[in-house]
Amino acid sequence: MSDNIRIINDATCTFCGCVCDDMHLTVDLDAHKITKAENACVLGRAWFKEHGIDEKRPFALIEGREASTEEAIEASAQILANARFPLIYGLSDTTCEAQRQAVAIADMIGANLDTTTSVCHGPSGMAFEGVGESTATLGEIRNRADLLVFWGGNPAESHPRLFTRYTVTAKGMYVPNGRKDRTVVLVDVRRSPSAAVADIFVQVKPQRDFEVLWALRALVKGKRVDPNIEQVTGVPLATLEDLAQRMKNCRFGALLFGMGLTMTRGRHFNSGALLALATDLNEYTHFVAKPVRGHGNVTGADNVVSWQTGFPFGVNLGRGYPRFNPGEFTSADLLGRGEADAALIIAADPGANFSHAAIEHLKRIPVIVLDPKLTHTGKLARVAITTATYGISVPGTVYRMDDVAISLRTALPSPYPSDEEVLTRIKERVRELLGGNRVPAMGAA
Amino acid sequence: MPETMTLIGGRSSRQGTSLCAGKFEAEYIEVSSTVEMNAEDMARLGLKDGDPVRLRSASGEVSVRCKGRTTKDLPPGLLFIAYGPLSSRLMASDTAGSGMPISKHIEVTVEPVSG
Ligand code: SF4
Repeated sequence: MSDNIRIINDATCTFCGCVCDDMHLTVDLDAHKITKAENACVLGRAWFKEHGIDEKRPFALIEGREASTEEAIEASAQILANARFPLIYGLSDTTCEAQRQAVAIADMIGANLDTTTSVCHGPSGMAFEGVGESTATLGEIRNRADLLVFWGGNPAESHPRLFTRYTVTAKGMYVPNGRKDRTVVLVDVRRSPSAAVADIFVQVKPQRDFEVLWALRALVKGKRVDPNIEQVTGVPLATLEDLAQRMKNCRFGALLFGMGLTMTRGRHFNSGALLALATDLNEYTHFVAKPVRGHGNVTGADNVVSWQTGFPFGVNLGRGYPRFNPGEFTSADLLGRGEADAALIIAADPGANFSHAAIEHLKRIPVIVLDPKLTHTGKLARVAITTATYGISVPGTVYRMDDVAISLRTALPSPYPSDEEVLTRIKERVRELLGGNRVPAMGAA
Repeated sequence: MPETMTLIGGRSSRQGTSLCAGKFEAEYIEVSSTVEMNAEDMARLGLKDGDPVRLRSASGEVSVRCKGRTTKDLPPGLLFIAYGPLSSRLMASDTAGSGMPISKHIEVTVEPVSG
């Protein structure tokens, strides 16, 4: 270790939606390494260790040939200015400041704008619109919740500090003894490593979450449920009755739900059933529900896209005003059907995460990608621009999964530009090429 | 004989840490190409830990290595795989108008790969 050491207190980890802002980093400036990340979980430690700044990646690749950022911005602007149906997608692992620029480009060129929310908690976003949300910050849950119900998720492996910093073992104002003052329930189709923290594990048959949630709603309201529910859902009626009573009798309950609800049959109906259950429970006690969000700033993407277009994801600006229609303007569908004639992808990897049909379409159209690391999408892209990592080399704002805004503190400089800078320059160049906004010819044949 | 089972994709600790090191590094490739299977199902199919199996869905097929889990942790007929290019290969693009493909409940046939 060199003498050139810097300590950065209260830095933020942006690897997952917990966005822990209590990281104490030890930075070796000569070796260009973060040698210690105090308070980080196993995922956070890997995030800071593999910060990817000294990988000696080219600044950009255009059709596989090394290029400068400048050339790549010009090539990107040309693609976007000439596209008839461009898709802008990703945005969950970058700052709100960069997200704003992406929305501005979408607005200017009449693009289809979508974020990774559509393949994460998009169905929950649809359910919010239909059912509403009884919500709370993680701070409230930490300080008050005496009943925690985790549903369809495995935070022990996906959000390790959700348990220790905000929920299960955290000590709070009204739960001073932490774990001892809380009852923890886990509902899932398999006994994941998260089951180890639970007092009660409820194993549901696959694709039967909706039925279990609906039966709980009935029980909470004092209605009779057929004991046959066990054959349908795998959960004995007595277990459900016990859970319903615990929910009604707790002082402050929280339902924290994962993609076990949104990525299976029922999707937004599952999330909607859970949100409705939380609302029902407020007849008896205080109950809240929160989706557990994956990427560091996916919640910021929902906020930025919402405040600028009125909708959280799956927005089409092709007619000069925003239209929201999941299934039509969401990327998995749009690419799977072979639509879009160009794509700008920011901090996401649809080239690995989407269906085969969607990936094949990405290979047919000009793709521009901004990412600090080499990804599958980077390999198929016509223009790949290396950018600096947010939270490590780029300051800015991110939203924690509970919609709390957090400012980032940087640890190490990066030779690469930020997403915000690259997007701003692409926007300015596209504006020059188009001579302003591309206002579609309304009413023209 | 191939058997039909239900595949669930998800995150795991090692998937997360190896992702930070890079998607083209050996560990991530290994993690995202290993399927967890009920140990009794594996015994019936004549499989041991590390054996190759072929998973086939309506959308595609992949070869992965299998790893046994007890019935308590993973019920018979269920499979778990860490998200990655291989789990995506088995996923359909249809979203039933929701924007979300089904990625936590994919019907697959499971077949040992001989040799
Ligand atoms: S829980 Fe998430 S945000 Fe917190 S340290 Fe771990 S990976 Fe980082």
